[in-house]
Amino acid sequence: MSTVENSMLESQPPSSFRLKAGLFPLTLLEVQGLDRQSFERELQLKVAEAPAFFQQTPVILSFDADARGDMSLAELVELCRTQGLVPVVLRGGSEELQQQALQQGLALMPEGRSRAAKAEPEPSPAEDVPEPAAPAAEDEPSAPVPGGGGNRVITTPIRSGQQVYAAGGDLIVLSSVSAGAEVLADGNIHVYGPLRGRALAGVRGDTGARIFCQSLEAELISIAGDFQLSDDLRGKLWKQPVQICLSDQKLTVEPLA
Amino acid sequence: MAKIIVVTSGKGGVGKTTTSAAISSGLALRGHKTAVIDFDIGLRNLDIIMNCERRVVYDFVNVINNEATLKQALIKDKRVDNLFILPASQTRDKDALSSEGVERVLNELADDGFEYIICDSPAGIEHGAFMALYFADMAIVVANPEVSSVRDSDRILGILQSKSRRAEKGERVEECLLITRYNPERVAKGEMLGVTDVEEILATKLLAVIPESESVLKASNQGVPVIHDKESKAGQAYDDAVARLLGEERDHRFVEVEHKGLFQRLFGRK
Ligand SMILES: Nc1ncnc2c1ncn2[C@@H]1O[C@H](COP(=O)(O)OP(=O)(O)OP(=O)(O)O)[C@@H](O)[C@H]1O
Ligand SMILES: [Mg+2]
Repeated sequence: MSTVENSMLESQPPSSFRLKAGLFPLTLLEVQGLDRQSFERELQLKVAEAPAFFQQTPVILSFDADARGDMSLAELVELCRTQGLVPVVLRGGSEELQQQALQQGLALMPEGRSRAAKAEPEPSPAEDVPEPAAPAAEDEPSAPVPGGGGNRVITTPIRSGQQVYAAGGDLIVLSSVSAGAEVLADGNIHVYGPLRGRALAGVRGDTGARIFCQSLEAELISIAGDFQLSDDLRGKLWKQPVQICLSDQKLTVEPLA
Repeated sequence: MAKIIVVTSGKGGVGKTTTSAAISSGLALRGHKTAVIDFDIGLRNLDIIMNCERRVVYDFVNVINNEATLKQALIKDKRVDNLFILPASQTRDKDALSSEGVERVLNELADDGFEYIICDSPAGIEHGAFMALYFADMAIVVANPEVSSVRDSDRILGILQSKSRRAEKGERVEECLLITRYNPERVAKGEMLGVTDVEEILATKLLAVIPESESVLKASNQGVPVIHDKESKAGQAYDDAVARLLGEERDHRFVEVEHKGLFQRLFGRK
């Protein structure tokens, strides 16, 4: 990377920023039709199904070659924003579309990256949540596989009534999960605050998934569909740092040493 | 720039209107031009607590529907300069609050030089409560020290940070917690949640703890916001809250059980 080399030539590295290669999971919004009204209605319905998932979620826009309708890219971006989706990149698209994208402050990304695997049957608690798309990164990444790349990091408390799902990866929560909130992941769940709500790891059936938390106060814990309610969990390890895994098809709670 | 502050809770009857009246009066007492808006359409009572119900001619919904100007509807407080009340309508229902209408009124207040706009939210998480919080820059989340109230506050905080205008723009709404009807004796007996419990559950900044106090009921019956009652602990606690809102650092009072000294016991003074 030339930027890095330049800064190494000068004896002092920049103190105001660092450049790092990142590999982040992003949701891909494939636009199949540009009829404004039906798009708006359908997007609203989709968002209503899992509001927490769409909280300021960055998305990549891509357009089906035969998407028809009267909506401009600007209108589409605006619609997405009001629903909590934040378009950041346009993938592919005609020259005209790319021009419009630049005006909207979107970045451009060439077509032909590895496509995300087609959706498998979704787990019931978060049906139809979009799959994570190809990570936006410098290097050619492999498409995320369950338990692999689609990790999500949440830095603020997840509050009662909210639901957050990490499709295709781990969910890492740096704050608390309130009673009445629900966190789901295809992979592991890490909660670096108290876990007071419901936590469901391995929701697509990964029996090797685990749940880690700083303080076990959960309403429900589930791994690959095997679950326990808070009454079963209120033992010696209640309010303690623990990990939970499936061994011999039984949920086991162990102290985090 | 006007700062829009919503006073909200989810659960009903926890002390939002009492708090809106006290905080808006406190800000105005310190010289800030302040408006307080009653979003509880159909159940108005802010005007009663502020003792101006007999002067209500036009209301918030009239202004939204262009049936009156903002100037006509704003009621100037009799006690404090710089304080204006925009009352709710008693006859309409909450759907009368259109998003465009609310935004227009808020913008007009800001253009008129109001520094603080306090939005007294109705209970629940329906349209009226949503309209009250949607445009907020800051939220004062009011909770009583009991589990169901705290749970509702948690819910409201989630809605605030995901559904408000700021959230839609990818910004955060400044949030703070006001615990009211706090009774240290009952906390000590384990009948109520303590301040630290509530703070821990909600993981947010504590603005103030207002003690349970008879002076609040007296104040609302007389139509004098309790912050005017310098003798009462609730009034003093609200005064601290206003000071903290304006950036002052003040210790939290009235949180511990008071152990009456010998002198106080002998002379029986509170
Ligand atoms: N600190 C306090 N001490 C004693 N009583 C209080 C205190 N704060 C509020 N109250 C009483 O609680 C009742 C409800 O207060 P208030 O009307 O402010 O609540 P609210 O949250 O606005 O209710 P609503 O959800 O119906 O709008 C009133 O009778 C009020 O006098
Ligand atoms: Mg009220």
